[in-house]
Amino acid sequence: MLPNDRASLWDTLGANAKLSQRFASVHAAVTLGDLAGGSCLSGRASELAGRSVLIAAKDQLVASLALIELDGVARRLVLCPPELPAEHISFVIDSVPVDAIVSDYDLGLDGHPAIGPFIIGGPQIAPSEEDRTPRHKTEWVLLTSGTTGRPKMVGHTLASLTGAIEQISPAASSVVWSTFYDIRRYGGLQIFLRAVLTGASLVLSSSEESTADFLTRAGANGVTHISGTPSHWRRALMSGSAHNLNPQYVRLSGEIADQAILDHLRAFYPQAKVAHAFASTEAGVAFDVRDGLAGFPASVIGSGIGGVDMKVEDGSLRIRSPRTAARYLGPQATNLADADGFIDTGDMLELRDSRYYFVGRRDGVINVGGLKVHPEEVEAVINQHPGVQMCLVRARKNSLTGALVVADVVLAAPDSLNGQVRETEQEILQLCRATLPRHKVPAAIRFVSSLEVASTGKISRQP
Amino acid sequence: MSIRSEVIAQFEQVAREQDKQLAPLADDLAFLDSGLDSLCFAIIVARLEDSLGIDPFSTAEDTVFPVTLGEFIKFYEDASK
Repeated sequence: MLPNDRASLWDTLGANAKLSQRFASVHAAVTLGDLAGGSCLSGRASELAGRSVLIAAKDQLVASLALIELDGVARRLVLCPPELPAEHISFVIDSVPVDAIVSDYDLGLDGHPAIGPFIIGGPQIAPSEEDRTPRHKTEWVLLTSGTTGRPKMVGHTLASLTGAIEQISPAASSVVWSTFYDIRRYGGLQIFLRAVLTGASLVLSSSEESTADFLTRAGANGVTHISGTPSHWRRALMSGSAHNLNPQYVRLSGEIADQAILDHLRAFYPQAKVAHAFASTEAGVAFDVRDGLAGFPASVIGSGIGGVDMKVEDGSLRIRSPRTAARYLGPQATNLADADGFIDTGDMLELRDSRYYFVGRRDGVINVGGLKVHPEEVEAVINQHPGVQMCLVRARKNSLTGALVVADVVLAAPDSLNGQVRETEQEILQLCRATLPRHKVPAAIRFVSSLEVASTGKISRQP
Repeated sequence: MSIRSEVIAQFEQVAREQDKQLAPLADDLAFLDSGLDSLCFAIIVARLEDSLGIDPFSTAEDTVFPVTLGEFIKFYEDASK
């Protein structure tokens, strides 16, 4: 059963002790059935009934259990992503507003006005009889990075968050999900909910753990299904531990999946299905692509599959569906959707041979003397070079054209080149010149040992 | 390397990379006739900023922009003083 408008997450699970799903973090593991006669909230869950609760835990397992326990009980659940600075936490508490907190550490909010119960959650489940009768259609609030640096607060319902999750098949219980994402991010939350609602176990990532250690732990826990951004996956393939994993299903989302990363993953995990999905915190899950090719068939637009209406206007993808968020919260909340209910994703599309390709973000455009360049379209070309692991294309300020395109490139095996870096540079440039107009070809290529990937799993781009 | 030889080296290098037919370089060669376009000049200015550490186009106020190769070289020589 999937959540309808009345059922809570716990209700939907059947609220029983037989649930054998195992949720594991780097520190601990819990069998969900234990929640039938127990709680991770120190026996104080009832204090949170009807409240607007900020869930700010370091350990993703604590956050997971609190979400399962509190949906339907709390009026609102605000999912605080890791490493959110204290001043942003204060901002969120004041603007949502929040009147209770579940955490597993000192948030450093000394001096913040008293806001109601502060409950220390832990991964240990203590025996406890909890009344989880759903009395609220709980609002789930996700935080995304806003343009001002302050987080944007996006309100969903359990129904909008779970709209893309397919009906449970009885065989699904052999599935073990994992994700490189933090589950407090939209991409990670999708996997958390998928695992909860389809009877699968879940291996949670940790920011304290290296990519190599995470992959090894995921492999040891028998992970069969795993998701992450293309940047996560490039880092995984570089970690030397990707072979510890033997997935049946590999999913990419959150950034543009170019042909190179899809091909690399298919070659590395020949037994796995490789799919890439389009989703955003505001617009929800729109569709996934399973044919192994970058982009998506033009026929997807206007097909209305799963109740998702899509159109392309002024070059960007617009989405209207039951999976979109309901509203922005906070003092300067703007409208999420236009008058017709469409959300502008800001993701720019290009139509080539009956297929749409994502070329980049509208706000990420580099302007070279009046000509527009999406960094991502150049990155997709550079990534085709077999020696390239990942790259970042950015603007370099120029006094004549305003900006030039330059690239930072991480090589797959820099040591094996034996000083032939210059040849590689020339090959990359030739590749770019063969496929891109001149103003899109990098004016300079810099070889770097690594590129920063933000806690969202996306490559860090300069504002 | 002198500023003059560095400038000339970059003109030749960028023309090669951009597949442009560079006119014979002389001080009175007007940019309009050089065979290079604005993108080439933008790249040349960026490369010279890396090698010489200066970009007179970003600092020059009130100065008249160079229109010939000779003026361009002098523009850089003046800025480096």
